[in-house]
Amino acid sequence: MEATVRETVEQKPERLLDRQVIDDQEAVTAAATVGKPFVEAPKMAMRNVNVFYGEKQAIFDVSMDIGSNEVVSMIGPSGCGKSTFLRALNRMNDTIEGCWIEGSLQLEGQDIYDPKLDVVPLRARVGMVFQKPNPFPKSIYDNVAYGPRIHGLVDRRADLDEVVETSLQRAGLWNEVKDRLAQPGTGLSGGQQQRLCIARTIAVSPEVILMDEPCSALDPIATAKIEELIAELSENFTIAIVTHSMQQAARVSSRTAYFHLGKLIEVNDTEKVFTNPEHELTEAYITGRFG
Amino acid sequence: MNKNTQRTIDLVNRNLAKRYRAEKRFRFYGLLSISFGLLCLVLLFTDIIGKGHSAFLQTYVALDVHFDADVLGIDNIDDETQLTVANYDGVIRKALLERFSDVRSRRDKRQLYALVSNGAGFDLQDVFRERPEQWLGKTETLWLLADDDVDTYVKSRTASGEAFTGRLSENQQRWVEALIADERIEKRFNTIFFTSGDSREPELAGIRGAIMGSLFTLMVTLVLSFPIGVAAAVYLEEYAPKNKWTDLIEVNINNLAAVPSIIFGLLGLAIFINFFEMPRSIPLVGGIVLTLMTLPTIIISSRASIKAVPPSIREAALGIGASKMQMILHHVLPLAMPGMLTGAIIGMAQALGETAPLLMIGMVAFIVDIPGGATDPATVLPVQIFLWSDSPERAFVERTSAAIMVLLAFLIVMNTLAVWLRKRLERRW
Repeated sequence: MEATVRETVEQKPERLLDRQVIDDQEAVTAAATVGKPFVEAPKMAMRNVNVFYGEKQAIFDVSMDIGSNEVVSMIGPSGCGKSTFLRALNRMNDTIEGCWIEGSLQLEGQDIYDPKLDVVPLRARVGMVFQKPNPFPKSIYDNVAYGPRIHGLVDRRADLDEVVETSLQRAGLWNEVKDRLAQPGTGLSGGQQQRLCIARTIAVSPEVILMDEPCSALDPIATAKIEELIAELSENFTIAIVTHSMQQAARVSSRTAYFHLGKLIEVNDTEKVFTNPEHELTEAYITGRFG
Repeated sequence: MNKNTQRTIDLVNRNLAKRYRAEKRFRFYGLLSISFGLLCLVLLFTDIIGKGHSAFLQTYVALDVHFDADVLGIDNIDDETQLTVANYDGVIRKALLERFSDVRSRRDKRQLYALVSNGAGFDLQDVFRERPEQWLGKTETLWLLADDDVDTYVKSRTASGEAFTGRLSENQQRWVEALIADERIEKRFNTIFFTSGDSREPELAGIRGAIMGSLFTLMVTLVLSFPIGVAAAVYLEEYAPKNKWTDLIEVNINNLAAVPSIIFGLLGLAIFINFFEMPRSIPLVGGIVLTLMTLPTIIISSRASIKAVPPSIREAALGIGASKMQMILHHVLPLAMPGMLTGAIIGMAQALGETAPLLMIGMVAFIVDIPGGATDPATVLPVQIFLWSDSPERAFVERTSAAIMVLLAFLIVMNTLAVWLRKRLERRW
């Protein structure tokens, strides 16, 4: 794949984009999303989504689907709105003052911005893993058990033990921590902390897991472990991942969405995006001409 | 190029000495400030301890007291009334007259009787009533509380025989010297200072009443101000929208923290006593007034510690579906607790040392009884210090300083507790 990317650059050196186009909001506006943003029987369906921070619009008219049990990666230069869009998917933006959202976002046909919908069960169905590992300053056990406890998923202590064990196993952390479950989660290494956060998220058995640059604070070995984990988790969960690393997007996802200045430029099968992008902005980005 | 670098190094080296000197000067200024502060502290402590340490000892006089049934007026030791109204002062006077048999005139007798405290009779009653059948008609050598003038004289007496005579007449001085020569005067630990309330007689005055008053006042303050302060801080930090109203509230809270405390006293007088007609001089009203005074401190420190909880922890909790209340109760408050407790204890220490607002609501009254609850008239430690510092008797000078020492000890304990709690509860993430 590496070779192919380089080839693309060498083949079309004359097609360097004008800097103006890349930075100009108006020029990008004209572009409609290319590729195949929609799938059959989507898990989550977003249509004409606009996100505003006060006066400032961060997301412009984004429409795309996330299919069941697929890994969708979202890439794009800094400030392109990919994290904002991801956070809109489980209403984490609610906590930001002055942030409001237009358009339709549905989880299995249900509008997640329905005023009657309770955000608590929504977040139990659509979990989130954050950029910086953020375990609670509690024991490893309590970190994982917190979700099941507050949602009342288990009644007996033995069941809770089991949930904690399976979650840690699925997050590939069990063997490393099984002897020190009572120790603080904050005492683990960065990569272990992030896997602990993933275990904490999957302990409430969500349907969708949103990952906001989960590896950006980790070293390459820890990153490799998380990526492996994502591949395993995709058997049971739908995953949307925001990443700065194009290699990571290429390795873990089946479809890739490219965001630029708050607009969704292109969504396509990952292989297609990285070998033969349809949009010139996508191509410019993946060939490293900006970003 | 090479020449250039050489020159840069030279320039740097030339300035280096100057830079080091500036650095040293900078450090020296800091050291000077600290030393100045420490010097003031040492002066204050030496002065207070130097003046106050003698108050922890109290002079007692040994007398051979003859429990004469006729003088006491007791013919039946089982009669409680007789034991209560018996003339205990009479036997003490008799013991004094027996010791100094040359005293004849009424004037001299009165001076002689004044060597022993007015309260000695009550003490005598207490010890006598424990075993009346053994002591009635017998003579016992008993240590009796000396008058404050004698106490001051004995304490100020130097080896060369010089002493602060104060109100003692020459006769009285002679008698005291005679008693000292007989080893019938002794300084003992002053338990009265810690066990009794205020009194007009310095030797009978203690800080127990003021300590209890301070305790009840602080309890009312803590019970009211901590929950209200924390709840207000949580609302302002977690729920309140950021608009001009919350800005206005914030400005006002910061403003209230700087309002002179006597104004809170006037407010308490106008609202709680005049409007709600609550009684004067009681710890309940004092506590409410001090609550108003410490609330800004607690709210400001609680808000700061809530703000210091990393947003990543909030997101983590919300991200797995905790409600806002669960996020606050399970994660934000436990992490903010050390800071909030520190703020509360500092607020309490401030309230403990507060005098002015309590003067306005009548807690400056002369109260002898030790308060048993938040609705009994009481005074507090700093007000007691204020009252004693105003008293003319020389013996109150040392008691004032001793009370200040007790107050300082409480403040040190509270502030140490604040530091300890913060260290203990602080969790790293």
